[in-house]
Amino acid sequence: MSLIGSSIGLLLLLGLLALIAGHCQRATVFVYAASAAAAAIIAYLALSYLIMGSIGNEIVSYPIGLPWLRVQLGIDSLSAFFLFVVNLGAVAASVFGIGYDKNDGHGSHGTGRFLPLFPLFLAGMNIVLVASDAFTFLLGWEFMSLSSWLLVLSTHREEGTSRAANIYLVMAGFGTAALLLAFGLLAAGNGDITFAAMRAVPLSPLMASVVFGLVLIGAGSKAGLVPLHVWLPLAHPAAPSHVSALMSGVMTKVAIYGLIRIVFDLVGQPLWWWGMIVLVLGGITAVLGVLQAMMQRDLKSMLAYSTVENIGIITIGLGLTLAFQANGMKALAALAMTAALFHVLNHAIFKSLLFLGVGCVLTATHQRDMEKMGGLIHKMPITAAAFLVGCIAISGLPPMNGFVSEWLTFQAILNGSDLVQWPVRVAVPVVGALLALAVALAAGAFVRTYGVVFLGRARSSHASDAVEVSFSMKASVAVLALLCLVIGVLPTSVLSLISPLISQFVGVPLQVGSGLSWLTLTSETDGGGSYNGVVLLVMVLAFMAGLIYTMHSFGNRTSRRSIPWGCGFTDDPGPVSQYTASSFAQPIRRVFGASLFSARDHVDMPKPGETRAAVFRVTMRDPVWDWVFTPLLGSIGALTDKINILQSLTIRHYLGLMLATLVVLIGVVAAIQ
Amino acid sequence: MTSGISYDVAHLLGAVVLLISFALLVEQRVIALISTFAAQGVVLSLAALWEGWSHNIHHLYLSAAIIFTVKAMIIPMTLNFLVGAMKVHHHETDPGLGVGGALAIGISLVVLSIVSIFPIAPAVTVLTKESLALAFSVLLHGMLMMVTRRNAISQLIGFMSIENGLLMAAIGVQGMPLAVEVSIAFTVLVAAFIFGIFIFGIRDRVETLDIHQLDLYRGERH
Repeated sequence: MSLIGSSIGLLLLLGLLALIAGHCQRATVFVYAASAAAAAIIAYLALSYLIMGSIGNEIVSYPIGLPWLRVQLGIDSLSAFFLFVVNLGAVAASVFGIGYDKNDGHGSHGTGRFLPLFPLFLAGMNIVLVASDAFTFLLGWEFMSLSSWLLVLSTHREEGTSRAANIYLVMAGFGTAALLLAFGLLAAGNGDITFAAMRAVPLSPLMASVVFGLVLIGAGSKAGLVPLHVWLPLAHPAAPSHVSALMSGVMTKVAIYGLIRIVFDLVGQPLWWWGMIVLVLGGITAVLGVLQAMMQRDLKSMLAYSTVENIGIITIGLGLTLAFQANGMKALAALAMTAALFHVLNHAIFKSLLFLGVGCVLTATHQRDMEKMGGLIHKMPITAAAFLVGCIAISGLPPMNGFVSEWLTFQAILNGSDLVQWPVRVAVPVVGALLALAVALAAGAFVRTYGVVFLGRARSSHASDAVEVSFSMKASVAVLALLCLVIGVLPTSVLSLISPLISQFVGVPLQVGSGLSWLTLTSETDGGGSYNGVVLLVMVLAFMAGLIYTMHSFGNRTSRRSIPWGCGFTDDPGPVSQYTASSFAQPIRRVFGASLFSARDHVDMPKPGETRAAVFRVTMRDPVWDWVFTPLLGSIGALTDKINILQSLTIRHYLGLMLATLVVLIGVVAAIQ
Repeated sequence: MTSGISYDVAHLLGAVVLLISFALLVEQRVIALISTFAAQGVVLSLAALWEGWSHNIHHLYLSAAIIFTVKAMIIPMTLNFLVGAMKVHHHETDPGLGVGGALAIGISLVVLSIVSIFPIAPAVTVLTKESLALAFSVLLHGMLMMVTRRNAISQLIGFMSIENGLLMAAIGVQGMPLAVEVSIAFTVLVAAFIFGIFIFGIRDRVETLDIHQLDLYRGERH
């Protein structure tokens, strides 16, 4: 444990070093390499904790922080799992950063500006995960928020970045305030802010529910749960690509960690309606996120909205866990929690992969707009292959890892009919339908992305002039892609990492995967469903080999050049006439967008005789702004107008207010005594 | 000296101070307020004297002397001088809340201070507990007076009577150092002079002591 502490200290020192020597190219490489090494050490230690159950002195305390408090760092299976997830992403992002060109479509500016913040951001996330008292937790949380906020601001010259950063800062501050209040209530029992003390104090159902609500707001705003997601699709894409990968793939997981740590660990026995709320929010988040992702033209915004969707899927798993656990159905709770945690790991891997892949594309083309790409598979074969793996994984298709966790989530949902309370029984199938919709739409969204970006013909000179990126960038995406495949084919190996965690929180060991053989994943409660990645992989490979063989055997081998189906064009139509990202999204936009996002198509035709081109524009609004934030801001404004009267009272009125306050306080004291 | 009589007399004097603070609340004529306030100072100094004699605490004699000099002589005389200099009419009144309202709110403040002070200080002696409650009531009455009165001199008297409440608590609670009392007394004297200067200023500018008139001159109101 002290080695983990030292590694975090190393990250902090690296921030200082980068501040001094950030403009030197060699120092940049060193900082990234050392960050990768520190993250790798932490990931290795976390992994060995998960496998062996101990790495020696589980709690260390350092005499830093407030004078009367010692900062306590500790590790248990929950923090070890998340440490592994976070530092896996961190290693990939750091390695990517080594070869990261300073111009990735964000305009030309040196990496020196945000270099010191990168290791600090990593350190902040790690501090949150190993904190074992509320002060350290909040310190790390705020450290993480502020360093990522500055990382977002590093592209401040671009339009929209400052708005994104402002919204992010407000939401982050709001979330931290909610967490602060939650910890205050948890520590109210005996005034001790260590997690061990909070765990020991039982809470009344009312207090526990208030804490739950506050944590849902605090962690949910960081994770991107609807309706608190509005900052995420703005802020995540604004940062440099490998930082976007960290924010989307990893930082949202730290938020999930906060939710699990407080609700499952510190609060204790959940109430059934907590699960109901989390479940429904998760379902709405998943669908809203993926619908928005479907309609984005900006590659990074699309990935950010897809993060919102995946957080929804994770949240659905957690909501089911809460509902099952409140009813004492431990085996099913174990199944649902396994699904959620598995998806945490998976999403961290494939979302990092996709963001880093987009980073490669941006480095090569300097463009974020999908409509300007196309045909990159010929220019950047390795990136394209890795990106394809990521797309398959995030679409939940076998034999990649995304399929396994989404399959487990569905298994948990199918068992939701065993729940007792009728509102949850009604909600579970609805959420199941939402999840099915979300997963299908996600597949559509990534088919669209991959097709438009990598297939077809180049839509601009940026795309046709692209060249493959540097080795470290290719290596990081390739390794992540390999991980997607390995986890998808051998899911039981990951389950053994999750199982100590499940035993700790649910009370029963994991029963998933104890089926026919160690290669087969079964959900025992279901009685029928099972998944064997190896068999499936072999089948897929065999089928594809057969297909290729058949095509080559029966197809005509002589090559011909002709226009068999010109689609109305008699000669070469040119790349512009290809199916675009917007045209791909149009059916979905027509079906869902018109009512939900008030999407409108505006066609501005030139008048007869005018020589300009016609302009086609699509406008969309996130409904959450109209339904939640605009009324909220309006009522805050109205309230402040009312309070403003207080600013110009007479001295006698102020004295009167003081007397009234005094009398009320005395009354409270008298009532309490 | 038996403790029974000592307590009884101390209670009696405290109760008289509280009674006079009720009189301050109710009294509407500005000039009569000054003499009522002087009477409160006299009773308070007697209370200090009694407390010092019955518990054999010598520095309370000095406290009593300071209270008598400042509260019963210097401040009333200064106020009378102010009133004379500004030609306040003998019948000039400052109604505040009116008799009924002032009494009702004053009584409820006393009740509030009793129910809040008694459970807070269960361990200390009966005397301290009750004199604390009395002192707290006097303090709240002073604040109430500052809030409800509109005449500058009545407000000044309200402020001084808050300070009387503080002194009464200081006398009742044994162990309050003399230095604190002395410094409070001098602070109040300084405050009285500053108030006096302001009152002159107000009188010069707006030809009245009714500070409600000042509000008419304020800008930036919504």
